Amino acid sequence: MSEPTNDAPMEDQPMKDQPVNAEPVNAEPMPPTASEATSSTATPRAPAPETDAVLRATRVTMRFGGLVANRDVDFDIPRRSIVSLIGPNGAGKTTFFNQLTGMLTPTSGDIVLDGVSIVGRSPHKIVELGIGRTFQNIRLFGEMSVLGNVMVGRHARMKASWVGSLLQLPPVRKEEQATTERARELLHLVGLNPAYEGEWARNLPYGDQRRLEIARALASDPKLLLLDEPTAGMNPGETAEMTRLIGRLRDQLDLSVLLIEHDMKVVMGVSERITVLDYGEKIAEGSPEEIRANPRVIEAYLGKQATAS
Amino acid sequence: MGAYARRATSTGAIFGLAITHLSLVGLVVALNDRELVAGVVSVGSTIAVIAALAAGFVASRPLRKGLAPPAPAVALGSGAIAGLVTGIIITALAWLVEAFTPRDVLINASPQLVAVLHWGQDVMVGNAINVIGGALMGVVGASLRIIPGDLRRGAVTGIGALLGLALMQTFVSQILTGLPLTFVDDFLYEREGLTWPGAITTLVLFGIIGWAWASQRKAFSERLGAMGANQRRTARFSGLGLLLLVLATLPLFVGPFLSQTMDLVGIYIIMGLGLNIVVGFAGLLDLGYVAFYAVGAYATAVLTSPASPAFAPHLDFWIALPLVLAITAAIGLTIGAPVLRLRGDYLAIVTLGFGEIARIVLNSNWMTPYVGGAQGILAVPAPQFLGKDLRDPALLYYPIFVACIIAAIAAISLANSRVGRAWTAMREDESVAEATGVNTIKYKLLAFSMGATFGGLAGAFYAVRIGTVFPQELNIIVSINALALIILGGIGSIPGVIVGAVVLVGLPELLREFSEYRLLLYGIVLVAMMLLRPEGFLPNRSRRAELHEGEGDSEPDWDEKRWERETGTQTPEPEIT
Repeated sequence: MSEPTNDAPMEDQPMKDQPVNAEPVNAEPMPPTASEATSSTATPRAPAPETDAVLRATRVTMRFGGLVANRDVDFDIPRRSIVSLIGPNGAGKTTFFNQLTGMLTPTSGDIVLDGVSIVGRSPHKIVELGIGRTFQNIRLFGEMSVLGNVMVGRHARMKASWVGSLLQLPPVRKEEQATTERARELLHLVGLNPAYEGEWARNLPYGDQRRLEIARALASDPKLLLLDEPTAGMNPGETAEMTRLIGRLRDQLDLSVLLIEHDMKVVMGVSERITVLDYGEKIAEGSPEEIRANPRVIEAYLGKQATAS
Repeated sequence: MGAYARRATSTGAIFGLAITHLSLVGLVVALNDRELVAGVVSVGSTIAVIAALAAGFVASRPLRKGLAPPAPAVALGSGAIAGLVTGIIITALAWLVEAFTPRDVLINASPQLVAVLHWGQDVMVGNAINVIGGALMGVVGASLRIIPGDLRRGAVTGIGALLGLALMQTFVSQILTGLPLTFVDDFLYEREGLTWPGAITTLVLFGIIGWAWASQRKAFSERLGAMGANQRRTARFSGLGLLLLVLATLPLFVGPFLSQTMDLVGIYIIMGLGLNIVVGFAGLLDLGYVAFYAVGAYATAVLTSPASPAFAPHLDFWIALPLVLAITAAIGLTIGAPVLRLRGDYLAIVTLGFGEIARIVLNSNWMTPYVGGAQGILAVPAPQFLGKDLRDPALLYYPIFVACIIAAIAAISLANSRVGRAWTAMREDESVAEATGVNTIKYKLLAFSMGATFGGLAGAFYAVRIGTVFPQELNIIVSINALALIILGGIGSIPGVIVGAVVLVGLPELLREFSEYRLLLYGIVLVAMMLLRPEGFLPNRSRRAELHEGEGDSEPDWDEKRWERETGTQTPEPEIT
């Protein structure tokens, strides 16, 4: 609020070459219900040339009544990068996520995907524009086959109308065939055993359900993949595998990845850039090393892990 | 042992009280008009025997699900106790009715009932039959549980066939004489009831068929599985073709009443297929489906009948039909649009309201100049085909039959397409479907109008089948019937819709003389289904799994060990090209 630069349009701003905001703002952690009056900062922007950002969020604020879940969050995701969003429980990560996917509409601020603002668009439209997501608590279509789940994920890229489907016209059949093949490829890519494509999604073991969710999200050919705690509830072996998978997806598909994660090993291992939220505000941004060294972050959140590792 | 005895007593009491109830509502006496074996046993008396048998069967199950079955002696003992208790209660009922003759209050507690409960014998003999026979039948019921499953299937099939043939005598003999297999008819039936040789042959023959089917089914499906894909498809198609051929020739020899019944079943199949799209595929609980049926029927009547009060274009049925479908689709959109944001219970209540509104509006003074109010619209002409009037139910059957096939193919095509997947996704989790790229508003509307179109098609045939349309007949019972039949058949399952329609619409028509008890039987059937087979007769795969979660008889849940064994613990990390 207090920084004038934030009021200027994004494009006109000089890029500050200061990756991490080390200035302490509030000595006390701010209670989430506290109003704007106590807030005083917005973090300087990260050093990303704007042409290279696949997604750019500008001063995103989300209010639920008196509760400010996100306050003036500026956020860039460079193309073909893996970016993490971290912060303690209740920091507003998932809220922010939900705004990117259209499940929530920001109270103010703008979110632009490849030059197209997605604010106010419905979730299915945003999927069409190129954002795919997974959910923190796995939400597959449980009573649908594994393959069917991935094929639903492809919905936005299919053209079959109800008339065509009703009459089973040749183009519809061809598309159906192609979709099946693509879905199988994706199952292969995330490492799911093809023998289980006919199994119901709910019968898969936990780790595979996570993989399936990723395959479903990838089926819409997203430019940006949002992963909400992809390793939650996984054992160290599974976590390591998931970490490798995320890296591999970025390398093999032309993909940018945004990760919400609690497991610092994963975050530090896979991300190129990390953004830290606390009480709805961005308190730091930078490379893993910088975040690890940031006293503000250590104080707010990372303390124990940072000193332990 | 004590636990078994206690349970056997209460099971027997429950079945005894059930018979008491059926007796006091008059069903037992009504059933008595049907002879099982001519001049010897009536169906009414048999119901007591069957109750004891069922009590014995139920009482001999393991104490809890998953426990080992009781030792044979314990099972038989339980069965005997249960059957005995049932018999004693029936005896007591007969005695009470005779002693107090409470006919002022319970109109069906008649001397006739006493006679039926006493098997038409003396008091002492009748009581002895009930008590001793009850215990014996209880033992028989329990032994059904002890014998191997294949034999049990055979026994149940035989008894079921016997009862079915006795109850359906009129129609079975009509079909047999129509076929013409008059000699079979003569062998099976006397004027009233089966002949002794007929009864025994039925029992044995169907028993063997049931047993053979049960014991050979596995081998059969294995053989089917061993076939190549092409062969399997050939086998399936030839089976289907044979079935369709039989169905197509049926009206030629079943007589007008059965044809009429089949027409009605066909109309309900179309309706069920439509409602199945809305409820089964898309997961939108619609309790006002009759609205679309009513609109279809009235639109047909207005467009084709010369007696339409205000606007009577007097179109040919086949020209009117596409218009009717378009109108109902539009109505589906109109009703669908305001309720889009509602989910679950709220949607159900609002659609329930729409169903009632449709009837009330058609009946209202406001609409009377256009649709005739309570008098309805008369003289809806029958469809013409090649210059032939299809008024005869046996002829009207054919367009309905074709419409059923088209509706079923349409439903199957939609289910296995992008559209069907979007619906399923929506049913499973609406917000995730949206987040996966499905335009949920569009697909909800599509489901509504698609279901409405099917309902309109059914309504059109309803109008020409009866030749008149009245608002009174288009009431909530139609919605409930349509919903009950898809639940009975298995929600989301297309063969289930067909079975459900036959059982819930066809059978009651055939058992017209018991129509007083129709709703009672409906209730019993639905409660029994919910307890014993909640997924319906022919469930689609996934529902079954959901409802039998954690039970031994469902398909096993995911087996981690199997996964590890077959794939190695480490899932592969393939490269993509």
